[in-house]
Amino acid sequence: MSAADAVFVILVAGATLYAVFGGADFGAGVWQLLSIGDRVPGRRERVQARIGHSLGPVWEANHVWLIFALVVLWTAFGEAFGPIMRTLYLPLALAVLGIVLRGSGFAFGHVFEGRAGRGSENLFALSSLITPFFMGTVVGAIAAGEVEAGGTAGAFEAWTGPLPLLIGVLFVVSCSYVASVFLLDECRRARDDELAAYFSRRAVGAAAVAGALAAVGLLVLRADARFIYDGLLGEGLPLVIASALLGMLTLFGLVREWRRGLRPLAIGAVVAVIAGWAVAQYPYLLPRTLTIEEGAGAEPALTATIIVFGAALAIVVPALAFLYRLAQKQVLE
Amino acid sequence: MPVADNLLAARELMAFTLGFHIILSCIGVALPAMMLIAEYRGLRHGDGEALGLAKLWSKAAAVLFAVGAVTGTVLSFELGLLWPGFMERYGDVFGTGFTIEGIFFFTEAIFIAIYIYGWKRLPGWKHFWTGVPIVIAGIGGAFSVVAVNAWMNTPRGFKLDSAGNPTDVDPLGALFNPATVYEFPHMLVAAYMVVGFGLASIYAVAMLRKPELRRSRRHRLGLLIPLTVGAIMAPIQIFIGDVAARGVFEDQPAKFAAFECINETGPDQTEWIGGICTDGGVEFGIGIPGLDSWLAGFSTDTVVTGLDQIPDDEEPPANTLLHLAFDTMVGIGTALLGLGAWFGFVWWRRREIPQTKWFLRAVAVSGIGAIVALEAGWIVTEVGRQPFIVYGLLRTEDAVTEAGGLWFWFGGAVLLYTALGTAAVIAVRTIARRDRERPDDDDPAGDVPYGPPDPAGPVTVGKAT
Repeated sequence: MSAADAVFVILVAGATLYAVFGGADFGAGVWQLLSIGDRVPGRRERVQARIGHSLGPVWEANHVWLIFALVVLWTAFGEAFGPIMRTLYLPLALAVLGIVLRGSGFAFGHVFEGRAGRGSENLFALSSLITPFFMGTVVGAIAAGEVEAGGTAGAFEAWTGPLPLLIGVLFVVSCSYVASVFLLDECRRARDDELAAYFSRRAVGAAAVAGALAAVGLLVLRADARFIYDGLLGEGLPLVIASALLGMLTLFGLVREWRRGLRPLAIGAVVAVIAGWAVAQYPYLLPRTLTIEEGAGAEPALTATIIVFGAALAIVVPALAFLYRLAQKQVLE
Repeated sequence: MPVADNLLAARELMAFTLGFHIILSCIGVALPAMMLIAEYRGLRHGDGEALGLAKLWSKAAAVLFAVGAVTGTVLSFELGLLWPGFMERYGDVFGTGFTIEGIFFFTEAIFIAIYIYGWKRLPGWKHFWTGVPIVIAGIGGAFSVVAVNAWMNTPRGFKLDSAGNPTDVDPLGALFNPATVYEFPHMLVAAYMVVGFGLASIYAVAMLRKPELRRSRRHRLGLLIPLTVGAIMAPIQIFIGDVAARGVFEDQPAKFAAFECINETGPDQTEWIGGICTDGGVEFGIGIPGLDSWLAGFSTDTVVTGLDQIPDDEEPPANTLLHLAFDTMVGIGTALLGLGAWFGFVWWRRREIPQTKWFLRAVAVSGIGAIVALEAGWIVTEVGRQPFIVYGLLRTEDAVTEAGGLWFWFGGAVLLYTALGTAAVIAVRTIARRDRERPDDDDPAGDVPYGPPDPAGPVTVGKAT
């Protein structure tokens, strides 16, 4: 494995961590949005409180994976970063707008009371749709080969085809699905079985929609991104099958009300499909126009990136473990 | 859209969003230190008021960190969205600084949550130590980001091949470029001054509005801790600033000539205070003959490069703006030094905060003053490097995006950030008011974005069922 390949793996790992954990935070916002107008008295408040509790300590750390992946992309693969930014500036700018609105809505929702508090919470909920959707269009546009090495484009062409839009919607649904599994797990721990059942029903629904979208997505991929399609059904096939099996096992566990293991299963399903995608896209950064080797930056910068990633994991993993333990700990009196 | 128009729009958008974020990043860098000083005092001397301040400041820090996290994200994307030519060409040369910043960003994000959660879950000193990584992350983050900016001023750590592309990349050489040595301490100390004087000014304003608060121990401590930090930093900053100015004289002659209004190369240059820079010299300014040469090289014989040596198309724009920005920064820095000395003298003689109204008034405006100095300094370093984005190597107009609609985004950013800034101020005021109204409700984690659910908040509904 070359240094460039290793950094590609790091990039995919960073993006995956963001997709799973950052994505779940966005998905939680989607459930908050859908809880508006709930007819069962008081349930909306409980859903909202559970979501606030779940995101509370880790939302920023989850968000930092995005920054990390972005920085790795421009440091190691500037030749890909430039065309992506030039071609997809509009969806990227809108994704950032979503991040600003969502983050500030979340922060102020914790502080303000009354109407301003509800307004902030609603802003958080509504803007949670924005970032996953536009990030999905970015991924879809790259898969479809719309971003070309050295290329630029108009504001809309690259990401408004069927594939980018479909992947955008798929991202929103997948984030919601992962979030519902996380939230139901949190509810079980807190012995709130009623709310756990609420999220369980929603997880099953989201899984069904995500599965249907993925099936349609394969057809669209076949038409618009043949290279990725062939890769997914070729070298990526074991991972795709693994993802499907894990997904079905999660569904089974949801129906059978498993107390443990749902969270890792759901994460596994997402990780497997992203890994499968990466395998399918290999050796291209930008399918058919820029390979990893062609797009790689200077060797010392790649080495530095590998070292820094190792250091980041060495700090982040124990620190996060400590935070999780602390969050479960009893309050000192 | 013509390139010239795009260039202006992109520069304005970058300047506005960065000028906003830089205040929040100063808070992120230095507020944790204030919080820990207060907590240290509280634990060491069993001082409940000091602990109360530490809790209050940690709540404010949590909200402002959250806002800073999103405005910082905007900047990360803007680097690519506005300046793709810069990132494509040099991303691998300077990028390592940003990857390292990622580690500090993680550390800050996780430990602020640990610190907030820990108030009621970790015993005294153990809790104190969970705050220390936040302070270190602030220093490390400032280093890695400022090192990249310094690299733009004095690019090192690579060679150029015949096509003008960087080769022989050395990430450490890029990180430890000549300007890092003075830019990093200058920015770090600036952050501590902004937060020191800024936080003190909030308490000074309260004491001016309600004279009875001048006897409140809580308020006196709230003024004393940050003001002491600011007063200690001010003389250090004057020293670093002096070294930095000579560094710019050595490394970036065009910038130095522009902000000092030097037209003709030669020795015995006059130091101008204020005034308007014209082709015929400085008008309306106060000139001190020979001082500029002396400051640059400790001798009036020091030859200072003037704009006559700089090709016309490489001269920084807005000469007078740069000159006045530089003077503003130095002037405010000197005034803050004086304020610190006043405070220090009275404290030395009487062990108390000066009681006069004029002193409180001076402290009350010092916070805004420090922020103005910060922004002025940033204008000097950024506008002074123009027309280059990488000094001498890449012109800003060659790095800018071709994308249209930048003025639209600029307008949107102004509206959005105005709302964001207003909401942030109201949020901090809300937290402070709640702290006054419910001083005994001492779980600071209840109402901020990192903490566990507010025990008095809606989660109780869930637990009750």
